[in-house]
This record gives sequence, structure tokens and C-alpha cells, in this order.
Amino acid sequence: MNVSSIGKPLTRVDGRAKVTGTARYAADFNQPGQLYAVIVSATVGLGRVTEIASTEVERMPGVVAVITHRNAQKLPYLPHKGVIDPAVGERLHVLQDDQVHFYGQPVAIVVADNLDHAERAAAALRITYAARRPLVDHADRTIERIAPKSADGSRGDADVAVTQAPVMIDEAYEIARENHNPMEPHATTAAWSGDRLTLWSKSQYLVNEQAEIAAVFGLPVENVEVICPFIGGAFGTSLRTWPHVTLAALAARQTGRTVKLVLSRKQMFFTTGHRPRTLQRIALGATPDGKLTGVIHEGTGETSRYEQFTEALTAATAYLYSCPNVRTQYRLAQLDTSTPNHMRGPGEASGIFALESAMDELSYKLGIDPIELRRRNEPRRDEAENKPFSSRSLMQCYELGSERFGWARRTPEPRSMRDGRLLIGLGAATATYPAYHAPASARVRLLADGLAEVEAAASDMGPGTYTSMTQVAAEFLGLPPEQVRFRLGQSAYPQTPSHGGSWTMASVGSAIRAACVEAQAQAASRAVADSGSPVFEASVDDLEWSEGRLRRRGDASPGMSYRDIIARTGTPVEAEGSAQRDPEVAEGYSMHSFGAVFAEVAIDPDVGTIRVRRIVGAYGIGRVVNPLLARSQCTGGMIGGIGMALMERTVLDPRDGRPVNAHMADYLMPVNLDVPKLEAYFVDEVDPHVNPLGVKGLGEIALVGTAPAIANAVFHATGRRVRSLPIHIEDVLTA
Amino acid sequence: MPRMNAARKHPVEFTLNGRTVRAEVENRMLLSDLLRHEIGLTGTHVGCEHGVCGACTVQIDGRPARACLTLAQQVRGSDVRTVEALAPDPAVLSPLQAAFRRHHGLQCGFCTPGILMSLDALLRERPDADREDIREHLSGHLCRCTGYATIVEAALAAAEEQRKEETTNA
Repeated sequence: MNVSSIGKPLTRVDGRAKVTGTARYAADFNQPGQLYAVIVSATVGLGRVTEIASTEVERMPGVVAVITHRNAQKLPYLPHKGVIDPAVGERLHVLQDDQVHFYGQPVAIVVADNLDHAERAAAALRITYAARRPLVDHADRTIERIAPKSADGSRGDADVAVTQAPVMIDEAYEIARENHNPMEPHATTAAWSGDRLTLWSKSQYLVNEQAEIAAVFGLPVENVEVICPFIGGAFGTSLRTWPHVTLAALAARQTGRTVKLVLSRKQMFFTTGHRPRTLQRIALGATPDGKLTGVIHEGTGETSRYEQFTEALTAATAYLYSCPNVRTQYRLAQLDTSTPNHMRGPGEASGIFALESAMDELSYKLGIDPIELRRRNEPRRDEAENKPFSSRSLMQCYELGSERFGWARRTPEPRSMRDGRLLIGLGAATATYPAYHAPASARVRLLADGLAEVEAAASDMGPGTYTSMTQVAAEFLGLPPEQVRFRLGQSAYPQTPSHGGSWTMASVGSAIRAACVEAQAQAASRAVADSGSPVFEASVDDLEWSEGRLRRRGDASPGMSYRDIIARTGTPVEAEGSAQRDPEVAEGYSMHSFGAVFAEVAIDPDVGTIRVRRIVGAYGIGRVVNPLLARSQCTGGMIGGIGMALMERTVLDPRDGRPVNAHMADYLMPVNLDVPKLEAYFVDEVDPHVNPLGVKGLGEIALVGTAPAIANAVFHATGRRVRSLPIHIEDVLTA
Repeated sequence: MPRMNAARKHPVEFTLNGRTVRAEVENRMLLSDLLRHEIGLTGTHVGCEHGVCGACTVQIDGRPARACLTLAQQVRGSDVRTVEALAPDPAVLSPLQAAFRRHHGLQCGFCTPGILMSLDALLRERPDADREDIREHLSGHLCRCTGYATIVEAALAAAEEQRKEETTNA
């Protein structure tokens, strides 16, 4: 393997398709004679549908069907629990009864010959409800908190340790509900052919969408095909299969025609998941020289009445720092809203905000530099699991980041740094995210023209899966990347896990590696069996592959290319490979990515405007497959963090649970002018344990740590500790 | 504009990417829907439906415009250009497209066509646009993936290239 592709800054293989408008996203697929469907969403937050005036609407121009719980086919909804589904509860069954569980729940679907007719008819449909007042305020203490399974962890006695600590802090934190708001809306086009169903649908988890829709309609899994070659951003919202996918398929079956359904931006705030609003408490106890003696982390997330969505809100607190007494507790508040879902950096992004804000606060109380405080509590091993880290470069990240950021110029006192009349603040925070791995498989086909086709049912929501997997295959086949064609986005390809959790490269990449190794073995045995080949009857141990050519070891001849081998028999080599983490290795090591994030803010002391001037992130993520892609991932994650820190918040009307800012004008996200200089660096890190590629994942950790770094910088600038996100102008003005 | 009837379709004729297009459309139909659903040019993306995100940006008579805020009837007699017409021929990218590809000015690519149409108009009108002009101009476009830095770099590189080309041609 002398041609190295991994680690090279290869430009995107899908770049041309994306700059010419030829990349096809879910809503870009059309079928001849298709109908258009529009969902009618409930306008009450809780109750039941009592009347639907569908008769007049059915007579409107172009209307083919008005489907409600009264005339919808009863769907089998066979049990299906995907890895991505909450362990407790049952998904919403759409149009199967008159109940309304949350504002915006689909209560009807109108199907017409074109979009205009469908929209007009949907707007004209009058629905009457018997409504009750929903409970939607998570902070309402009368709402019962439930304890999900394995939600709590403890070592030592944290409560006693914190109480008796010479220095302690004990504070509450709140983070607003956020919506993923990818640029691309959810969309599904459904086409039946007998009892076979094809879905062109936005999905980060094709094989789960396939299995779930098969279960909903009571079909064999292989009767459903899901196609999604391009995703216009997702950040977690397309991990689960939401009600609109079922509705598109139901409408298509009931009308006997192909049906296209695209959610409006507003509807994307109703039933496609959100980062749950969280309430947290952190209590820290420490010695005067900064050694943690006790850590308490309690957190509550919101969920729906019908499913218990859980995320790793308190998980990182157990392993991040060395401390003999740690207690974590996680609770859920069940509200009359739809079920939340994983959003970039799920759990960690929220939990780390609280923990890292508290660590920063402790550093001021102790008079110790915030980075030095973390150094004094750097663990030698994972003290929660009592096992070694497979790799951990947190301190190297702080060193590299400090140097690039210029941490040394920071004067410790709050309000001590200025630029003219502006207050300047510098803040830092730790980032971490688990290095997950899930079983995956892939197929490699070596063709007579010298090209290698590689397939997996994976997704590319933007990070560059097309490109990075091309590099992996090129690396292990010893071919230039131009000779590799990587295909994804079809459920019929070999199975992969969801495209989320930063495990795509670890899982799918390792499977591609295995498939390439298998393809080479098959090509070699074919050559060895071929009496006309230069390696005829050679022992496999005597052979070596180099730059895609097979030779006897030490032989200086050109050897045989894949093309030569295939040309002699005429049939392509086809091999499948799969990979999963060795359970013994998984048991033996604690595997996580780590990073250090630095932020500089400038705050106008008179009007309180907060501008982020610079963010520097240094990450230890194992091997970097493509530095161009990796840096882009990081800067994108950082602006997600800026949004979380300063802008993003979905506001619910307490009377009926309506998201009042369900559109892009009032759900604020960073625009170009909000974005400062962003820099991402990677420490050299070799992790021989995580997976054969040595990669630990990047997409999620890229967001984690940014919000607390900004909040800590805001404190440094103003002396005002803001413990609730997003931070508002008012928060710093009332100092 | 003649009086229109909501109950029936009305003709509209305009130039689209250099070719004459005639269509019969409801008077409520948006330009974005006409392009995507009737004509089949799906490179123009719809992200927010109310002119905030910029993904649907096309050029009408050389100026950037939100296709999701434009009625199809409004482009009667106009010259409309979409991302599909940016490349001078199918095998060659425009300097702006090439710069976006080279500088990774995109991730998921959903916002890209709108951004390209905006920048193409900007660089034609203001070949000397600098970093600040470009940043200001791009603030009408949301991108949730890249962090914008590579988009600005790509635009600056394209502007530079365009200036060089013009010097050579002059």
C-alpha cells in the first residue's frame, strides 16, 4: 500500500454535482403522474378531533383525496424498535384515531393533482377539536420526573464530599429547545408497485427507514426500498423515520398513485425531533489548590408522553475529570409535545455546557487559571469504568489550542481586557464525545476497465462521506482515488448503521477496508490459479500487493493489476466485507475523542451586543482521513455552537404548545456576518484500539465545547456568569 | 398586467437559461415551483419558503432574486437564469463553480446554487468586490454546514481569477 490516500486533502468527489445543481435531494425526485400531498397539522396542543368538514374540500379543483383518521386505512404497525428509537414507548401512529397529543400533529393529509391545488385544499379544510390545555413547560415543577433505566451513576459519596469541600459551587443551568433546521426540508416520494414500495426520502438511516416502513405496513423488509443519494444537511433530524414518511406511503397506497410530500419549514418544528430543553444542576467541591473532591451533575430533559427520549446528558461528567466522589442523575419530564431527537453533539453538547461553565466558575473562585485547573484534574484512566483510555490527548489539545489562540495574553481578572470601549473576554472549555463503532458491511467490485465500485447503504449529509470513503477504498486497494466509484444512499446496498453519532467513518470505513482486503484476496487466488499468470501456483504468503499490483515478494517485475487479472477471466471480482468492534477491546478500553475550544468575544458595555471574534478548536480525534473535510466539519460545528450559545431557541406558546418562531426569520441561526475567524487544529494521535482505521469521529465533538467556551468568555469580558442559553443582551446588561 | 382569474391558468412566456419558455400557470404559482415542478430544473432549492435562507436565489434580468417570493407571472418577458446555466458547457465549470469545488465552499450543497447565483451577479456588477463586500453580500444566505469561511475563500478566489482573466482579455 504505497499509494496513500488516507490523510490527503482530496477535494470533494461530489463537488461538481453540487455546484451544477445536478445533485438530487429528496424533493428533487419526480415520477410521471405523481400526486402532491400536503399535511394538515393540528392547531390545538392536546385533545381530540371532533369534526372534519372534508366533503367541500373533496370537491375542490384537483383534489384526489382527503385522508383523515375516519377514512385512513388501518395500518398494522408491527413492532419495530430501531437502534435510533427510544427504548421505552411507541412511535406516533398517524391518522389511526382522533387523539391529538401535541400541537402540529398531522390530523389529515390532502392529496391533489398539483401542489397548488393540494395547498389550497389543505388550507380550506376546517377541523373542530375538543381541546385541553397541554403541559409544555419543562420548568413547571408539578410535572412528574421519571427516571429512565440506567440513568444514574455514582462513585464515592459526592453529596458529602461537596458539602464538606473547602471550596464549592452549586448552580443551575438551562438550555433552550433547539431545532436542527437543516437547509433541506424533509421530503418523501412514495411509489407502490403491487405490495412493493419505493421511497425517495430524506434519511440518515436508510436500512432503518426500510425496516420501519415495512413494519408499519406489515410487509417483508425486502419489499421496501429507500433511496437517498444526497442530504441537504440533517444534524440528526433524519435519523428517525417520522410520521410524514408513513403518510406519504399511506396516501400513495390509498390513491393508487405515486405521491410526493414535502414538509414546510413550519412543519419541521412539529414532528421531526428537536434538541430537548434541559435543566441541570452542577455542584463541585474542591481543595484550595484545585483538586476536585466531589462532583454532582443532575439533569432533566423533556420528552413526549408517548416515548421516552434519552440522551447522554450527564455521561461525560463521569469520566472527564479525576475525582473520587461523583454522582450523576438523569430524569425526564413527559410533556404534551412531540418526541425530541438527537441533535449534533446530543447530550454531551448540553451536559458539557453545564460542567464546563462550572469548572470555569470554580477556577475564578480558586484563583487558578482555567486550563491549569483542568490539568490538575486530568485523570490517568477512566475512573467511572475503571479502565484505560484507548487514547486521550486533552492536555495536548489545550497546549496546541492555547498556543494558536494566544491564551498567554489573557489577563485573569474579569473586565480587565478592552479594545477601545469594547470589553474583551477570552474563554476556554473542554469538548468530548464517545468514539462509537457499530457493525457495518460494504461491497467492492473490481471491474474489467480497472475501476473499483464500492457500495454501502450509508449516507452523506454533508461531511463528505462520498469523498472520505473513496479515499479509504483507494488506500486499501492501492488505487488512485479517481479509479474508485463509491456509491451510497440505497437501502439495497450492504447494511450500515445510522449516519450519526460520529461513527460513519469508524464503522463504514472499517467495513470498506475489510471488503477491499477480501477483494484483493479473491483477485490473488484467481491469479494464482491461472496458468498464464506470472504468479501461477505461488503461495499466497509469497505474494504482495503494491499500488494495486500483485507480485511475488521482492520481484521487480510490473506484476499484475486488477485489470490484468480480471481481463484473463472476464468476470469482475466481487467481495463483501464487514467489520465490528472486537468485544474484548470494547470491554478493555474507554474510547472517546477530546478537544479544547477557545473563544474570544467583544461586548459593547453600553448596549450589551455580543460578538464572537474568534474561535480556535484543537482536537484529538485519532487519524484524520481528509484534513479539508475535517476542518470544514469543525468550523461548521463551531457555528452550531455559536448558534447554541447566542441565538437558537424554539419558543413554545404556554397555552397550546405552538412553536411561535417556527420559521427561519425568527429562529435565529448564525449568518456569515455573525461568524468570526474559525480555526481547527488536530493533535497527532495514534489510537490502535478504536478500529482498524484509528479514527475516533469528528462531526459531533465539533459542536461540543463551543457554547461553554463562549459563555466563559462572556464572563471574562463582563464579570457576568450566564447559566442559561442562548445568552441574551439583557443577560450582560443587568450586571 | 391583464386581469387574472384565480380559477384558471394563464400563459407566461420568458427566457430561461437562454431559451424561450412558454407555460400555462395558476396565477398563484411561484417561480420556484414553476422551475422545479413544471420545468424540472431542480437545481434551484427551496429551504424556508419566505425569502430568508436564499437557497432559491436565481437571476432575473441579471439581478439576484428569491424564486420563492416571485410569482411565475412576474417574470413575463424577463431573462431568468438558474444554476443549471452557470457552467459555460457541460464539461467546463465557470470560474466561480470551479472555485467552490476547489476551496470546499460547500458541504451538503443545498444552499450552494443560491449562493452561486448571488455571487455570480455580484462579481459581474462589482468585479473589485473585496472580502467585506462578499461577506456582506453573503449574509442573505444561510448555510448550516460549513461555517462560511470556505465560501468566502472560494468567492475571493473566483473574484481574483475573474480579474486576471479580464486583464488578459483586455
